[in-house]
Amino acid sequence: MTDTTLSPETSPAAAGEPVKSKSLYALDDLTRKRNASEKRFKLYGLGAVLIGVFFLVVLATAIISQGIPAFTRTIVEVEFTLTQEQYDAAEKELFKTKAYEQFFIGALQGQLEESGMSVPFDAAAIERIVGKTGGTIREYFKANPGALGAPAAFELAASSRVDGYSNGRVTRETLTDSRFLEKSDLDIVDALVEAGIIKTVFNWNFITGADSGVDNPGGAGIGASVIGSFFMMLVVLFLSLPIGVAASIYLEEFAPQNRFTDMIEVNISNLAAVPSIVFGILGLAVFIQFMHLPQSAPLVGGLVLTLMTLPTIIISTRASLKAVPPSIRDAALGVGASKMQSIFHHVLPLAMPGILTGTIIGLAQALGETAPLLLIGMVGFVARGYPDGFITGFIEPNSAMPAQIYTWAARADYAFYEKAWGGIIVLLVFLLTMNILAVILRRRFERRW
Amino acid sequence: MKFTTLVSATAVAVASTAFVGAAQARDQVQVAGSSTVLPYASIVAEAFGENTDFPIPVVESGGSSAGLKRFCEGVGENTIDVANASRKIREKEIKACAEAGVKDIIEVRIGYDGIVFASQKDGPAFTAFQPADIFNALGAKVLKDGELVDNPYNNWAEFNADLPDVGIAAFIPGTKHGTREVFEEKVLAVGCEATGALQAMIDSGMSEDDAEDACIDVRTDGKSTDIDGDYTETLARIDSNPNGIGVFGLAFYENNTDKLKVATMGDVAPNTESIASGEYPVSRPLFFYVKKAHIGVIPGLKEYAQFFTADEIAGPSGPLAQYGLVADPELAATQASIAAEETMK
Repeated sequence: MTDTTLSPETSPAAAGEPVKSKSLYALDDLTRKRNASEKRFKLYGLGAVLIGVFFLVVLATAIISQGIPAFTRTIVEVEFTLTQEQYDAAEKELFKTKAYEQFFIGALQGQLEESGMSVPFDAAAIERIVGKTGGTIREYFKANPGALGAPAAFELAASSRVDGYSNGRVTRETLTDSRFLEKSDLDIVDALVEAGIIKTVFNWNFITGADSGVDNPGGAGIGASVIGSFFMMLVVLFLSLPIGVAASIYLEEFAPQNRFTDMIEVNISNLAAVPSIVFGILGLAVFIQFMHLPQSAPLVGGLVLTLMTLPTIIISTRASLKAVPPSIRDAALGVGASKMQSIFHHVLPLAMPGILTGTIIGLAQALGETAPLLLIGMVGFVARGYPDGFITGFIEPNSAMPAQIYTWAARADYAFYEKAWGGIIVLLVFLLTMNILAVILRRRFERRW
Repeated sequence: MKFTTLVSATAVAVASTAFVGAAQARDQVQVAGSSTVLPYASIVAEAFGENTDFPIPVVESGGSSAGLKRFCEGVGENTIDVANASRKIREKEIKACAEAGVKDIIEVRIGYDGIVFASQKDGPAFTAFQPADIFNALGAKVLKDGELVDNPYNNWAEFNADLPDVGIAAFIPGTKHGTREVFEEKVLAVGCEATGALQAMIDSGMSEDDAEDACIDVRTDGKSTDIDGDYTETLARIDSNPNGIGVFGLAFYENNTDKLKVATMGDVAPNTESIASGEYPVSRPLFFYVKKAHIGVIPGLKEYAQFFTADEIAGPSGPLAQYGLVADPELAATQASIAAEETMK
């Protein structure tokens, strides 16, 4: 306040009027108003937090309630004997797995007839109830030719609608007769459940398996794409961490302040804001079309995601290098260390927790990225299963977790939709683990000055 | 120095992976294209891997046009071997292919797909359509009281009293989908002619070609929504809009009969029989195109094409028909042409 506004006439002291005595404990209007507005602001804040929590709860409930069915599966548990003749006959066919499936259905029908089931059934109904089983049977007998001719116990996936019936997605009311399942088949299913032939078990195959064709949701698993994501993350980690740290150390500690380094700095910040799909197009043009790296390979996915993660790592590394007080550098230089020694022996170790936190968060971001993978062929039907070895893991076609989720969500059979939610749970578990790791590293090793 | 060893180790790792990547020949068939063909291709790819010693092919989607564009990028291991398409390859695409060196293309027709109109199960009864109804609802310019006007209709009952008295809300495939072309050709163009709008356009001085193009223009006032994603996106829109009507593939509808109610077209209900016989008017052939130059280079390519079209797979009792594909009655001719590696003229 300046003197000009304080005219002597209005000033109470100058007028000689007694100052209105007022207890400090009684709130005047202005204070009340200010307090009220503070209270209001607190309420707004609380409201905002509550809205956030509400959406989080809704999201978490939706994910968990929709995703849980993916972790159980309905199986048909039967002992089944395949003779050498049947094996030879099936191997002669073009569509071998179909032949195995027919043998299995025939055997199951025979068993049910023997056991004298009261509900009427025929082979067509059994075919509708049993899912695609031929692949599993063929694989088993190819691996164990000695098992031919002796009864072997099989746990085979039931069809998608039977699976839906046991987890409540399909009910008698909503089921419309179709070639996939008829209402009368549900009676057979009920009888088989009572007989202990159809049961619901934990779906290990979902966690360990690979993607399956659109007509076989029972066989779909996310395991192979977890491996794909793992190899991508390896590439990202081993490229972006050293490159990012080296770049940040140079920019932060050695680079002269000039126009050129300013430009680099601005561009790194800009790069961090570039949409990830742009990196995908770049990856397609440079890595696949120009450098002839294999399509759909985690190596290329990792390279693309490295480009995306680098700016994040550089920015966080520079921030944590900056946070190391100059006194540390001065002390090191003061006792005769070279600049490089002062950085590598003193500054870098102190900045490490921050660098690692930034790296882990960058990796978590890259792990959840789908858009760039669309363009390099990792989205679609990539059902290769596990790679044979460590090196082939990088170059064999594979999918990644978010890409797999995207693919499942677009499929016609609702059972795949459940799988997509289940996949989200698996992805979130990985992301949460990484974030928790970042928090722990920061808490344990971070030093404050 | 710790730092230098780290750098050199990384350099070695990068160099070795890049080298291995470049040296390794691709051993799997690489497919991309139509999202309508994708489900069938994925069924075949899985069965192909299970039944032969070849690895499971990689099948990407992205739409017929996008797939054919990648197909025509050239010859070599870093290009795709097979393009799936829900329409025939266009002249200008063949030309683009030839310019890039893809001269020999084998066309394979795998069967037919029906395009159905479906609405929410609990919504109003859209049970009978004629192509004229769809054209009146969605055309950009329609014939009203003998005059050609910008589409004035807000309500189905306004032009056909048999249809429910609800607002028009249609979800049709976007222009990058092959399905859109069939929708334009078999529904909009047919309806345009049936309502007399085509004649009115020609009478008003348009050339026949221009009139045909004007016929397939879709109104842009928000009553019709282009869906660029998959059928699941259309389903989600229908789910949240009881009056909405969407365009689906037959197989997708059959997999979701608990949520969708199908409409007849020209009094014929869509199913595999009525589509195979040609009674149901809105169907189209599905194709895939094989790069002949890759046969013998990419292991399993010819075998994949042969496996796809085998009677056991694409025939009337095979898994593709089980999923919703309408089997091609002329499958034998297709098999012969693949065996002989006959290319397109």
